[in-house]
Amino acid sequence: MEEIFTPQISTLEISYILASVLFILGLKKLSHPDTARNGNLWAAAGMLLAILCTILFHKKEDQNIGNIPWILAALAIGTAIGWIAARKVKMTAMPQMVSMFNGMGGACAALISMMEFPRMQTAIAGHASNMLNGEALAILLGLTIGGVSFAGSMIAFGKLDERIGDIKSPVLRYINLMFLFVLLAFMVFIMFKVPVANENWMIYVLGGLALIYGVTFVMPIGGADMPVVISLLNSFTGVAAACGGFLYHNQAMLTGGILVGSSGTILTILMCKAMNRSLLNVIIGAFGGSSAASIQSGDKTVKEITLSDAAVLLSYSQKVLIVPGYGLAVAQAQHLCHEMDVLLTSKNVEVKYGIHPVAGRMPGHMNVLLAEADVPYEKLLEMEEANNEMQNTDVVIVIGANDVVNPAAEDDPSSPIAGMPVIRVWEAKNVIVMKRSMAKGYAAIDNMLFFHPRTRMLFGDAKASMQKLIAEIKNL
Amino acid sequence: MNEVLKFFLENREAIFIIILSVFLGIEVISHVPSVLHTPLMSGANAIHGVVIIGAIIVMGHAHDILPMVLGFVAVVLGTLNVVGGFVVTDRMLEMFRKKKTKK
Repeated sequence: MEEIFTPQISTLEISYILASVLFILGLKKLSHPDTARNGNLWAAAGMLLAILCTILFHKKEDQNIGNIPWILAALAIGTAIGWIAARKVKMTAMPQMVSMFNGMGGACAALISMMEFPRMQTAIAGHASNMLNGEALAILLGLTIGGVSFAGSMIAFGKLDERIGDIKSPVLRYINLMFLFVLLAFMVFIMFKVPVANENWMIYVLGGLALIYGVTFVMPIGGADMPVVISLLNSFTGVAAACGGFLYHNQAMLTGGILVGSSGTILTILMCKAMNRSLLNVIIGAFGGSSAASIQSGDKTVKEITLSDAAVLLSYSQKVLIVPGYGLAVAQAQHLCHEMDVLLTSKNVEVKYGIHPVAGRMPGHMNVLLAEADVPYEKLLEMEEANNEMQNTDVVIVIGANDVVNPAAEDDPSSPIAGMPVIRVWEAKNVIVMKRSMAKGYAAIDNMLFFHPRTRMLFGDAKASMQKLIAEIKNL
Repeated sequence: MNEVLKFFLENREAIFIIILSVFLGIEVISHVPSVLHTPLMSGANAIHGVVIIGAIIVMGHAHDILPMVLGFVAVVLGTLNVVGGFVVTDRMLEMFRKKKTKK
Protein backbone atom coordinates (compact mmCIF):
# COMPACT_ATOMS: atom_id res chain seq x y z
CA MET A 1 0.00 0.00 0.00
CA GLU A 2 1.67 3.14 -1.21
CA GLU A 3 0.20 6.18 0.43
CA ILE A 4 0.81 9.69 -0.70
CA PHE A 5 1.45 11.97 2.22
CA THR A 6 -1.06 14.65 3.01
CA PRO A 7 -1.63 16.33 6.38
CA GLN A 8 -5.21 15.03 6.32
CA ILE A 9 -4.16 11.40 6.01
CA SER A 10 -1.72 11.81 8.86
CA THR A 11 -4.30 13.49 11.05
CA LEU A 12 -6.72 10.66 10.32
CA GLU A 13 -4.16 8.02 11.25
CA ILE A 14 -3.25 9.89 14.44
CA SER A 15 -6.92 10.05 15.35
CA TYR A 16 -7.16 6.28 14.85
CA ILE A 17 -4.17 5.68 17.10
CA LEU A 18 -5.73 7.92 19.75
CA ALA A 19 -9.07 6.16 19.38
CA SER A 20 -7.41 2.75 19.79
CA VAL A 21 -5.62 3.91 22.92
CA LEU A 22 -8.89 5.29 24.30
CA PHE A 23 -10.63 1.96 23.59
CA ILE A 24 -7.93 0.04 25.43
CA LEU A 25 -7.86 2.41 28.40
CA GLY A 26 -11.65 2.47 28.46
CA LEU A 27 -11.87 -1.30 28.57
CA LYS A 28 -9.19 -1.40 31.25
CA LYS A 29 -11.05 1.13 33.37
CA LEU A 30 -14.32 -0.70 32.84
CA SER A 31 -12.93 -3.62 34.78
CA HIS A 32 -12.69 -1.70 38.08
CA PRO A 33 -15.83 -0.53 39.89
CA ASP A 34 -14.46 2.92 40.74
CA THR A 35 -13.28 3.85 37.28
CA ALA A 36 -15.83 1.97 35.22
CA ARG A 37 -18.03 4.91 34.36
CA ASN A 38 -15.08 7.01 33.27
CA GLY A 39 -13.80 4.12 31.19
CA ASN A 40 -17.06 4.00 29.30
CA LEU A 41 -16.84 7.73 28.60
CA TRP A 42 -13.25 7.41 27.41
CA ALA A 43 -14.18 4.69 24.96
CA ALA A 44 -17.12 6.80 23.77
CA ALA A 45 -14.78 9.77 23.25
CA GLY A 46 -12.48 7.56 21.20
CA MET A 47 -15.41 6.51 19.07
CA LEU A 48 -16.56 10.08 18.49
CA LEU A 49 -13.05 11.12 17.51
CA ALA A 50 -12.70 8.24 15.05
CA ILE A 51 -16.10 8.93 13.46
CA LEU A 52 -15.55 12.68 13.10
CA CYS A 53 -12.06 12.32 11.65
CA THR A 54 -13.24 9.66 9.21
CA ILE A 55 -15.93 11.99 7.87
CA LEU A 56 -13.54 14.93 7.67
CA PHE A 57 -10.31 13.39 6.46
CA HIS A 58 -10.87 10.01 4.88
CA LYS A 59 -9.81 9.72 1.27
CA LYS A 60 -10.12 6.90 -1.22
CA GLU A 61 -8.41 7.29 -4.57
CA ASP A 62 -8.19 11.03 -3.92
CA GLN A 63 -11.91 11.24 -3.29
CA ASN A 64 -13.12 12.79 -0.07
CA ILE A 65 -16.06 11.33 1.77
CA GLY A 66 -19.18 12.34 -0.17
CA ASN A 67 -22.88 12.16 0.62
CA ILE A 68 -22.15 13.94 3.89
CA PRO A 69 -25.71 15.23 4.41
CA TRP A 70 -27.00 11.67 4.09
CA ILE A 71 -24.36 10.33 6.44
CA LEU A 72 -25.20 12.98 9.02
CA ALA A 73 -28.89 12.20 8.63
CA ALA A 74 -28.22 8.49 9.21
CA LEU A 75 -26.07 9.32 12.23
CA ALA A 76 -28.82 11.55 13.61
CA ILE A 77 -31.51 8.88 13.16
CA GLY A 78 -29.34 6.20 14.76
CA THR A 79 -28.41 8.47 17.64
CA ALA A 80 -32.00 9.45 18.33
CA ILE A 81 -33.35 5.90 18.28
CA GLY A 82 -30.39 4.46 20.18
CA TRP A 83 -30.49 7.16 22.82
CA ILE A 84 -34.19 6.90 23.43
CA ALA A 85 -34.21 3.10 23.45
CA ALA A 86 -31.27 2.98 25.85
CA ARG A 87 -32.83 5.58 28.17
CA LYS A 88 -36.31 4.08 28.18
CA VAL A 89 -35.44 0.43 28.62
CA LYS A 90 -36.17 -1.04 32.03
CA MET A 91 -33.22 -2.25 34.05
CA THR A 92 -34.63 -5.76 33.94
CA ALA A 93 -34.69 -5.72 30.16
CA MET A 94 -31.03 -4.75 29.91
CA PRO A 95 -29.78 -8.11 28.59
CA GLN A 96 -32.25 -8.01 25.70
CA MET A 97 -31.18 -4.48 24.87
CA VAL A 98 -27.49 -5.40 24.79
CA SER A 99 -28.35 -8.32 22.54
CA MET A 100 -30.35 -6.04 20.26
CA PHE A 101 -27.55 -3.46 19.93
CA ASN A 102 -25.08 -6.26 19.31
CA GLY A 103 -27.24 -7.53 16.48
CA MET A 104 -27.29 -4.06 14.92
CA GLY A 105 -23.49 -4.02 14.87
CA GLY A 106 -23.43 -7.46 13.26
CA ALA A 107 -25.92 -6.39 10.61
CA CYS A 108 -23.82 -3.29 9.92
CA ALA A 109 -20.72 -5.43 9.34
CA ALA A 110 -22.66 -7.80 7.09
CA LEU A 111 -24.05 -4.92 5.00
CA ILE A 112 -20.56 -3.48 4.50
CA SER A 113 -19.39 -6.80 3.11
CA MET A 114 -22.40 -7.00 0.82
CA MET A 115 -21.49 -3.67 -0.69
CA GLU A 116 -17.78 -4.33 -0.90
CA PHE A 117 -18.03 -7.70 -2.60
CA PRO A 118 -19.26 -6.46 -5.99
CA ARG A 119 -16.58 -3.77 -5.99
CA MET A 120 -13.81 -6.21 -5.13
CA GLN A 121 -14.96 -8.75 -7.70
CA THR A 122 -15.29 -6.23 -10.48
CA ALA A 123 -11.85 -4.83 -9.67
CA ILE A 124 -10.08 -8.15 -10.09
CA ALA A 125 -12.29 -9.68 -12.79
CA GLY A 126 -10.20 -10.55 -15.80
CA HIS A 127 -6.90 -10.35 -13.90
CA ALA A 128 -7.21 -13.21 -11.44
CA SER A 129 -8.22 -16.83 -11.82
CA ASN A 130 -9.76 -17.07 -8.36
CA MET A 131 -10.68 -15.01 -5.35
CA LEU A 132 -8.12 -16.46 -3.00
CA ASN A 133 -6.97 -13.19 -1.50
CA GLY A 134 -7.04 -11.42 1.83
CA GLU A 135 -9.62 -8.90 0.73
CA ALA A 136 -12.11 -11.55 -0.37
CA LEU A 137 -11.50 -13.53 2.81
CA ALA A 138 -12.17 -10.45 4.96
CA ILE A 139 -15.35 -9.66 3.01
CA LEU A 140 -16.72 -13.20 3.19
CA LEU A 141 -15.83 -13.61 6.86
CA GLY A 142 -17.29 -10.20 7.68
CA LEU A 143 -20.55 -11.14 6.00
CA THR A 144 -20.75 -14.60 7.53
CA ILE A 145 -19.82 -13.67 11.08
CA GLY A 146 -21.83 -10.46 10.99
CA GLY A 147 -24.87 -12.30 9.63
CA VAL A 148 -24.66 -15.08 12.22
CA SER A 149 -24.23 -12.50 14.95
CA PHE A 150 -27.23 -10.50 13.74
CA ALA A 151 -29.61 -13.44 13.40
CA GLY A 152 -28.36 -15.04 16.61
CA SER A 153 -28.73 -11.83 18.58
CA MET A 154 -32.28 -11.38 17.36
CA ILE A 155 -33.17 -14.91 18.50
CA ALA A 156 -31.44 -14.29 21.83
CA PHE A 157 -33.41 -11.07 22.14
CA GLY A 158 -36.64 -12.93 21.40
CA LYS A 159 -35.86 -15.62 23.95
CA LEU A 160 -34.98 -13.18 26.71
CA ASP A 161 -38.04 -11.13 25.94
CA GLU A 162 -40.00 -14.37 26.12
CA ARG A 163 -41.32 -14.02 22.62
CA ILE A 164 -39.60 -17.17 21.41
CA GLY A 165 -39.63 -20.47 23.26
CA ASP A 166 -36.91 -23.08 23.28
CA ILE A 167 -36.90 -25.78 20.68
CA LYS A 168 -35.17 -28.74 22.15
CA SER A 169 -34.48 -31.48 19.73
CA PRO A 170 -31.37 -33.56 19.24
CA VAL A 171 -32.03 -33.46 15.50
CA LEU A 172 -31.42 -29.75 15.52
CA ARG A 173 -27.86 -30.39 16.63
CA TYR A 174 -27.13 -32.25 13.41
CA ILE A 175 -28.98 -29.77 11.25
CA ASN A 176 -26.87 -27.17 12.95
CA LEU A 177 -23.58 -28.87 12.20
CA MET A 178 -24.73 -29.46 8.66
CA PHE A 179 -25.49 -25.78 8.17
CA LEU A 180 -22.12 -24.80 9.56
CA PHE A 181 -20.46 -27.19 7.14
CA VAL A 182 -22.48 -25.90 4.18
CA LEU A 183 -21.67 -22.33 5.19
CA LEU A 184 -17.93 -22.98 5.33
CA ALA A 185 -17.97 -25.04 2.15
CA PHE A 186 -19.81 -22.29 0.31
CA MET A 187 -17.23 -19.74 1.44
CA VAL A 188 -14.44 -21.91 0.08
CA PHE A 189 -16.43 -22.40 -3.13
CA ILE A 190 -16.71 -18.63 -3.63
CA MET A 191 -13.01 -18.12 -3.05
CA PHE A 192 -12.09 -20.66 -5.71
CA LYS A 193 -14.47 -19.17 -8.25
CA VAL A 194 -13.27 -17.17 -11.20
CA PRO A 195 -14.19 -13.55 -10.51
CA VAL A 196 -16.77 -12.27 -12.95
CA ALA A 197 -17.85 -8.63 -12.92
CA ASN A 198 -21.43 -8.04 -11.75
CA GLU A 199 -22.09 -11.62 -10.78
CA ASN A 200 -23.18 -11.23 -7.20
CA TRP A 201 -25.71 -13.96 -6.48
CA MET A 202 -23.24 -15.88 -4.29
CA ILE A 203 -22.95 -13.10 -1.78
CA TYR A 204 -26.71 -13.07 -1.24
CA VAL A 205 -26.79 -16.84 -0.87
CA LEU A 206 -23.93 -16.68 1.63
CA GLY A 207 -25.70 -13.93 3.56
CA GLY A 208 -28.88 -16.00 3.61
CA LEU A 209 -27.03 -19.09 4.83
CA ALA A 210 -25.35 -17.04 7.57
CA LEU A 211 -28.73 -15.78 8.76
CA ILE A 212 -30.19 -19.29 8.80
CA TYR A 213 -27.19 -20.62 10.69
CA GLY A 214 -27.47 -17.79 13.21
CA VAL A 215 -31.05 -18.88 13.90
CA THR A 216 -30.37 -22.60 14.15
CA PHE A 217 -27.26 -21.92 16.24
CA VAL A 218 -29.11 -20.09 19.01
CA MET A 219 -32.52 -21.78 18.74
CA PRO A 220 -31.73 -24.98 20.68
CA ILE A 221 -29.79 -23.20 23.43
CA GLY A 222 -31.84 -22.78 26.58
CA GLY A 223 -32.80 -19.40 27.98
CA ALA A 224 -30.54 -19.98 30.99
CA ASP A 225 -27.53 -19.98 28.72
CA MET A 226 -28.44 -16.78 26.89
CA PRO A 227 -25.85 -14.67 28.76
CA VAL A 228 -23.12 -16.92 27.47
CA VAL A 229 -24.58 -16.78 23.98
CA ILE A 230 -24.84 -12.99 23.99
CA SER A 231 -21.27 -12.69 25.18
CA LEU A 232 -20.16 -15.08 22.45
CA LEU A 233 -22.11 -13.22 19.76
CA ASN A 234 -20.64 -10.01 21.12
CA SER A 235 -17.16 -11.30 20.43
CA PHE A 236 -18.34 -12.51 17.00
CA THR A 237 -19.41 -9.00 16.09
CA GLY A 238 -16.02 -7.80 17.28
CA VAL A 239 -14.34 -10.15 14.83
CA ALA A 240 -16.71 -9.06 12.06
CA ALA A 241 -15.76 -5.44 12.74
CA ALA A 242 -12.10 -6.42 12.62
CA CYS A 243 -12.67 -7.98 9.19
CA GLY A 244 -13.84 -4.54 8.07
CA GLY A 245 -10.68 -3.07 9.56
CA PHE A 246 -8.58 -5.54 7.61
CA LEU A 247 -10.47 -4.71 4.44
CA TYR A 248 -9.98 -0.96 4.74
CA HIS A 249 -6.54 -1.11 6.35
CA ASN A 250 -8.25 0.73 9.14
CA GLN A 251 -6.33 0.36 12.39
CA ALA A 252 -9.08 1.69 14.66
CA MET A 253 -11.56 -0.89 13.40
CA LEU A 254 -8.95 -3.61 13.57
CA THR A 255 -7.84 -2.97 17.16
CA GLY A 256 -11.34 -2.18 18.40
CA GLY A 257 -12.81 -5.28 16.78
CA ILE A 258 -10.11 -7.72 17.85
CA LEU A 259 -10.04 -6.26 21.35
CA VAL A 260 -13.74 -6.98 21.74
CA GLY A 261 -13.34 -10.32 20.01
CA SER A 262 -10.70 -11.55 22.43
CA SER A 263 -12.01 -9.97 25.62
CA GLY A 264 -15.50 -11.15 24.71
CA THR A 265 -14.21 -14.69 24.31
CA ILE A 266 -12.51 -14.56 27.70
CA LEU A 267 -15.65 -13.16 29.28
CA THR A 268 -17.63 -15.99 27.68
CA ILE A 269 -15.23 -18.55 29.11
CA LEU A 270 -15.39 -16.92 32.56
CA MET A 271 -19.17 -17.21 32.43
CA CYS A 272 -19.00 -20.85 31.42
CA LYS A 273 -16.60 -21.48 34.31
CA ALA A 274 -19.09 -19.95 36.70
CA MET A 275 -21.51 -22.67 35.57
CA ASN A 276 -18.79 -25.29 35.57
CA ARG A 277 -19.42 -26.17 31.95
CA SER A 278 -17.38 -25.95 28.83
CA LEU A 279 -18.28 -23.61 26.02
CA LEU A 280 -18.80 -26.57 23.70
CA ASN A 281 -21.20 -28.08 26.19
CA VAL A 282 -23.23 -24.88 26.23
CA ILE A 283 -23.33 -24.66 22.46
CA ILE A 284 -24.18 -28.24 21.53
CA GLY A 285 -25.57 -29.67 24.75
CA ALA A 286 -28.91 -27.98 25.03
CA PHE A 287 -29.97 -27.96 28.66
CA GLY A 288 -32.73 -30.20 29.94
CA GLY A 289 -34.45 -33.02 28.18
CA SER A 290 -33.64 -36.69 28.51
CA SER A 291 -31.75 -37.31 31.74
CA ALA A 292 -33.89 -34.83 33.63
CA ALA A 293 -36.61 -37.40 34.02
CA SER A 294 -34.53 -39.33 36.55
CA ILE A 295 -36.01 -37.55 39.54
CA GLN A 296 -39.43 -38.75 40.54
CA SER A 297 -41.30 -35.98 42.23
CA GLY A 298 -44.80 -37.41 42.14
CA ASP A 299 -44.72 -39.03 45.55
CA LYS A 300 -43.21 -36.10 47.36
CA THR A 301 -45.09 -33.23 48.89
CA VAL A 302 -44.12 -29.67 49.40
CA LYS A 303 -44.89 -27.68 52.51
CA GLU A 304 -46.36 -24.23 52.19
CA ILE A 305 -45.86 -21.37 54.59
CA THR A 306 -48.43 -18.69 55.31
CA LEU A 307 -47.55 -15.04 55.03
CA SER A 308 -47.94 -14.41 58.74
CA ASP A 309 -45.75 -17.38 59.64
CA ALA A 310 -43.11 -16.15 57.23
CA ALA A 311 -43.30 -12.66 58.70
CA VAL A 312 -42.84 -13.96 62.23
CA LEU A 313 -40.02 -16.25 61.22
CA LEU A 314 -38.18 -13.40 59.53
CA SER A 315 -38.72 -10.84 62.27
CA TYR A 316 -37.35 -13.10 64.97
CA SER A 317 -34.31 -14.28 63.09
CA GLN A 318 -30.81 -13.01 63.52
CA LYS A 319 -29.43 -13.63 60.11
CA VAL A 320 -31.42 -13.59 56.92
CA LEU A 321 -30.00 -14.27 53.50
CA ILE A 322 -31.87 -13.30 50.36
CA VAL A 323 -31.04 -15.31 47.25
CA PRO A 324 -32.50 -13.56 44.22
CA GLY A 325 -32.93 -14.99 40.75
CA TYR A 326 -34.54 -14.13 37.47
CA GLY A 327 -38.01 -14.24 39.00
CA LEU A 328 -37.07 -11.18 41.02
CA ALA A 329 -36.11 -9.37 37.86
CA VAL A 330 -39.29 -10.36 36.03
CA ALA A 331 -41.49 -9.30 38.93
CA GLN A 332 -39.54 -6.02 39.32
CA ALA A 333 -39.39 -6.81 43.03
CA GLN A 334 -35.90 -5.46 43.72
CA HIS A 335 -37.19 -2.26 45.36
CA LEU A 336 -39.50 -4.26 47.61
CA CYS A 337 -36.58 -6.47 48.45
CA HIS A 338 -34.71 -3.44 49.68
CA GLU A 339 -37.76 -2.20 51.55
CA MET A 340 -38.03 -5.48 53.42
CA ASP A 341 -34.29 -5.40 54.04
CA VAL A 342 -34.56 -1.94 55.65
CA LEU A 343 -37.57 -3.03 57.67
CA LEU A 344 -35.87 -6.15 58.99
CA THR A 345 -32.64 -4.30 59.68
CA SER A 346 -34.61 -1.85 61.82
CA LYS A 347 -35.69 -4.91 63.84
CA ASN A 348 -32.04 -5.85 64.33
CA VAL A 349 -32.09 -8.63 61.82
CA GLU A 350 -28.93 -8.91 59.77
CA VAL A 351 -29.89 -9.06 56.10
CA LYS A 352 -27.47 -10.06 53.37
CA TYR A 353 -27.82 -11.12 49.76
CA GLY A 354 -26.31 -14.24 48.25
CA ILE A 355 -25.54 -13.67 44.61
CA HIS A 356 -24.86 -16.59 42.33
CA PRO A 357 -22.56 -15.54 39.49
CA VAL A 358 -25.06 -16.58 36.83
CA ALA A 359 -28.28 -15.70 38.64
CA GLY A 360 -30.63 -13.83 36.37
CA ARG A 361 -30.04 -13.67 32.69
CA MET A 362 -26.54 -12.22 32.69
CA PRO A 363 -23.58 -12.38 35.03
CA GLY A 364 -23.85 -9.41 37.34
CA HIS A 365 -27.52 -9.00 36.43
CA MET A 366 -28.60 -9.29 40.09
CA ASN A 367 -25.95 -6.84 41.22
CA VAL A 368 -27.16 -4.29 38.70
CA LEU A 369 -30.78 -4.74 39.76
CA LEU A 370 -30.06 -4.55 43.47
CA ALA A 371 -27.81 -1.55 42.93
CA GLU A 372 -30.76 0.10 41.21
CA ALA A 373 -32.77 -0.47 44.40
CA ASP A 374 -29.99 1.17 46.45
CA VAL A 375 -28.88 -2.00 48.20
CA PRO A 376 -25.37 -1.26 49.51
CA TYR A 377 -22.45 -3.12 47.97
CA GLU A 378 -21.25 -4.71 51.17
CA LYS A 379 -24.53 -6.55 51.66
CA LEU A 380 -23.98 -8.52 48.48
CA LEU A 381 -22.16 -11.76 49.15
CA GLU A 382 -20.60 -13.77 46.39
CA MET A 383 -21.44 -17.44 46.20
CA GLU A 384 -18.48 -18.74 48.28
CA GLU A 385 -18.98 -16.14 51.02
CA ALA A 386 -22.68 -16.95 51.13
CA ASN A 387 -21.98 -20.67 51.37
CA ASN A 388 -19.49 -20.12 54.20
CA GLU A 389 -22.08 -18.27 56.24
CA MET A 390 -24.92 -20.62 55.39
CA GLN A 391 -24.82 -22.76 58.55
CA ASN A 392 -25.16 -19.68 60.75
CA THR A 393 -28.04 -18.33 58.73
CA ASP A 394 -31.50 -18.58 60.24
CA VAL A 395 -33.63 -18.01 57.19
CA VAL A 396 -32.85 -18.02 53.52
CA ILE A 397 -35.41 -16.45 51.22
CA VAL A 398 -35.10 -17.67 47.67
CA ILE A 399 -36.85 -15.18 45.39
CA GLY A 400 -37.42 -16.40 41.89
CA ALA A 401 -34.23 -18.44 41.75
CA ASN A 402 -34.27 -22.11 40.89
CA ASP A 403 -31.38 -23.81 39.16
CA VAL A 404 -28.73 -21.89 41.10
CA VAL A 405 -30.01 -23.37 44.37
CA ASN A 406 -30.70 -26.88 43.10
CA PRO A 407 -29.03 -29.58 45.23
CA ALA A 408 -29.08 -31.90 42.21
CA ALA A 409 -25.98 -30.08 41.00
CA GLU A 410 -24.10 -31.72 43.87
CA ASP A 411 -26.08 -34.90 44.57
CA ASP A 412 -27.18 -36.24 41.23
CA PRO A 413 -24.37 -36.97 38.76
CA SER A 414 -26.90 -37.66 36.00
CA SER A 415 -28.43 -34.22 36.31
CA PRO A 416 -27.83 -31.84 33.41
CA ILE A 417 -26.51 -29.27 35.86
CA ALA A 418 -24.30 -31.74 37.74
CA GLY A 419 -21.11 -30.09 38.89
CA MET A 420 -22.39 -26.55 38.56
CA PRO A 421 -21.51 -24.65 41.76
CA VAL A 422 -24.70 -23.72 43.59
CA ILE A 423 -25.66 -21.74 46.65
CA ARG A 424 -26.22 -24.41 49.32
CA VAL A 425 -29.30 -22.81 50.83
CA TRP A 426 -30.47 -26.14 52.27
CA GLU A 427 -27.73 -25.87 54.90
CA ALA A 428 -29.47 -22.93 56.50
CA LYS A 429 -31.90 -23.50 59.35
CA ASN A 430 -34.97 -22.49 57.35
CA VAL A 431 -35.60 -21.91 53.70
CA ILE A 432 -38.50 -19.96 52.26
CA VAL A 433 -38.88 -20.31 48.53
CA MET A 434 -40.95 -17.65 46.77
CA LYS A 435 -42.14 -18.94 43.47
CA ARG A 436 -45.00 -18.43 41.10
CA SER A 437 -45.71 -22.12 40.72
CA MET A 438 -44.03 -25.48 40.82
CA ALA A 439 -42.83 -24.88 37.27
CA LYS A 440 -39.31 -25.89 36.50
CA GLY A 441 -36.47 -23.45 36.06
CA TYR A 442 -34.80 -22.69 32.80
CA ALA A 443 -32.81 -25.88 32.97
CA ALA A 444 -36.20 -27.65 32.96
CA ILE A 445 -35.32 -30.02 35.77
CA ASP A 446 -36.96 -30.71 39.08
CA ASN A 447 -35.56 -29.06 42.13
CA MET A 448 -35.32 -31.33 45.17
CA LEU A 449 -34.87 -28.24 47.30
CA PHE A 450 -38.60 -27.67 47.18
CA PHE A 451 -39.15 -31.05 48.85
CA HIS A 452 -36.40 -30.57 51.41
CA PRO A 453 -37.57 -30.89 55.05
CA ARG A 454 -36.33 -27.39 55.89
CA THR A 455 -37.99 -25.78 52.89
CA ARG A 456 -41.34 -24.10 52.88
CA MET A 457 -42.94 -22.60 49.81
CA LEU A 458 -44.62 -19.25 49.42
CA PHE A 459 -46.45 -19.36 46.12
CA GLY A 460 -47.38 -16.26 44.16
CA ASP A 461 -45.89 -13.50 42.09
CA ALA A 462 -42.71 -12.31 43.79
CA LYS A 463 -43.82 -8.69 43.82
CA ALA A 464 -47.28 -9.37 45.27
CA SER A 465 -45.88 -11.79 47.86
CA MET A 466 -43.23 -9.31 48.90
CA GLN A 467 -45.79 -6.54 49.30
CA LYS A 468 -47.97 -8.71 51.49
CA LEU A 469 -44.99 -9.96 53.44
CA ILE A 470 -43.80 -6.42 54.14
CA ALA A 471 -47.29 -5.45 55.29
CA GLU A 472 -47.34 -8.47 57.62
CA ILE A 473 -43.95 -7.64 59.08
CA LYS A 474 -45.04 -4.05 59.66
CA ASN A 475 -48.14 -5.24 61.51
CA LEU A 476 -46.21 -7.37 63.95
CA MET B 1 1.38 -22.64 -0.69
CA ASN B 2 3.18 -19.61 -2.06
CA GLU B 3 -0.10 -17.75 -2.08
CA VAL B 4 -0.48 -18.33 1.64
CA LEU B 5 3.06 -17.14 2.31
CA LYS B 6 2.51 -14.11 0.14
CA PHE B 7 -0.65 -13.35 2.07
CA PHE B 8 1.35 -13.23 5.29
CA LEU B 9 3.95 -10.92 3.78
CA GLU B 10 1.38 -8.53 2.35
CA ASN B 11 -0.63 -8.35 5.53
CA ARG B 12 2.09 -8.69 8.14
CA GLU B 13 1.20 -5.44 9.88
CA ALA B 14 -2.46 -6.33 10.23
CA ILE B 15 -1.56 -9.81 11.47
CA PHE B 16 0.80 -8.26 13.99
CA ILE B 17 -1.91 -5.96 15.28
CA ILE B 18 -4.41 -8.82 15.44
CA ILE B 19 -2.12 -11.04 17.50
CA LEU B 20 -1.09 -8.28 19.90
CA SER B 21 -4.70 -7.14 20.31
CA VAL B 22 -5.79 -10.68 21.14
CA PHE B 23 -3.31 -10.82 24.02
CA LEU B 24 -4.20 -7.31 25.09
CA GLY B 25 -7.91 -8.11 25.18
CA ILE B 26 -7.29 -11.20 27.30
CA GLU B 27 -4.96 -9.33 29.64
CA VAL B 28 -7.29 -6.38 30.14
CA ILE B 29 -10.30 -8.54 30.99
CA SER B 30 -8.83 -11.26 33.15
CA HIS B 31 -9.31 -9.55 36.53
CA VAL B 32 -12.89 -8.38 36.44
CA PRO B 33 -15.16 -8.82 39.46
CA SER B 34 -18.37 -10.59 38.48
CA VAL B 35 -20.34 -7.49 39.50
CA LEU B 36 -19.01 -5.77 36.43
CA HIS B 37 -19.57 -8.53 33.90
CA THR B 38 -22.79 -7.07 32.53
CA PRO B 39 -21.55 -3.48 32.16
CA LEU B 40 -18.30 -4.76 30.71
CA MET B 41 -20.09 -6.85 28.13
CA SER B 42 -22.23 -3.88 27.29
CA GLY B 43 -19.22 -1.57 27.04
CA ALA B 44 -17.35 -4.00 24.79
CA ASN B 45 -20.54 -4.24 22.75
CA ALA B 46 -20.43 -0.48 22.20
CA ILE B 47 -16.76 -0.57 21.22
CA HIS B 48 -17.29 -3.02 18.38
CA GLY B 49 -19.68 -0.44 17.04
CA VAL B 50 -16.46 0.97 15.56
CA VAL B 51 -17.65 -0.98 12.51
CA ILE B 52 -19.61 2.18 11.76
CA ILE B 53 -16.42 3.70 10.35
CA GLY B 54 -16.56 1.09 7.62
CA ALA B 55 -20.19 1.97 6.96
CA ILE B 56 -19.32 5.66 6.68
CA ILE B 57 -16.48 4.89 4.27
CA VAL B 58 -18.72 2.78 2.02
CA MET B 59 -21.47 5.33 2.06
CA GLY B 60 -19.07 8.19 1.48
CA HIS B 61 -17.93 6.62 -1.77
CA ALA B 62 -21.26 5.27 -2.97
CA HIS B 63 -22.74 6.60 -6.19
CA ASP B 64 -25.57 4.25 -7.13
CA ILE B 65 -28.93 3.94 -5.45
CA LEU B 66 -28.55 0.41 -4.02
CA PRO B 67 -25.22 1.02 -2.25
CA MET B 68 -26.57 4.35 -1.03
CA VAL B 69 -29.60 2.74 0.54
CA LEU B 70 -27.66 -0.16 2.03
CA GLY B 71 -25.00 2.25 3.26
CA PHE B 72 -27.62 4.45 4.86
CA VAL B 73 -29.10 1.47 6.66
CA ALA B 74 -25.63 0.34 7.72
CA VAL B 75 -24.78 3.75 9.18
CA VAL B 76 -28.07 3.87 11.07
CA LEU B 77 -27.55 0.37 12.49
CA GLY B 78 -23.94 1.11 13.39
CA THR B 79 -24.94 4.31 15.18
CA LEU B 80 -27.60 2.40 17.09
CA ASN B 81 -24.90 -0.01 18.23
CA VAL B 82 -22.52 2.77 19.29
CA VAL B 83 -24.92 5.24 20.91
CA GLY B 84 -27.22 2.64 22.43
CA GLY B 85 -24.29 0.65 23.72
CA PHE B 86 -22.54 3.53 25.44
CA VAL B 87 -25.74 5.02 26.88
CA VAL B 88 -26.93 1.68 28.27
CA THR B 89 -23.52 1.04 29.83
CA ASP B 90 -23.50 4.50 31.35
CA ARG B 91 -26.93 3.92 32.84
CA MET B 92 -25.79 0.71 34.47
CA LEU B 93 -22.63 2.26 35.86
CA GLU B 94 -24.42 5.37 37.05
CA MET B 95 -26.17 3.21 39.63
CA PHE B 96 -22.94 1.88 40.99
CA ARG B 97 -21.53 5.34 41.46
CA LYS B 98 -24.62 6.86 43.03
CA LYS B 99 -24.33 4.38 45.85
CA LYS B 100 -20.65 5.01 46.39
CA THR B 101 -21.21 8.69 47.07
CA LYS B 102 -24.05 7.92 49.45
CA LYS B 103 -21.89 5.91 51.79
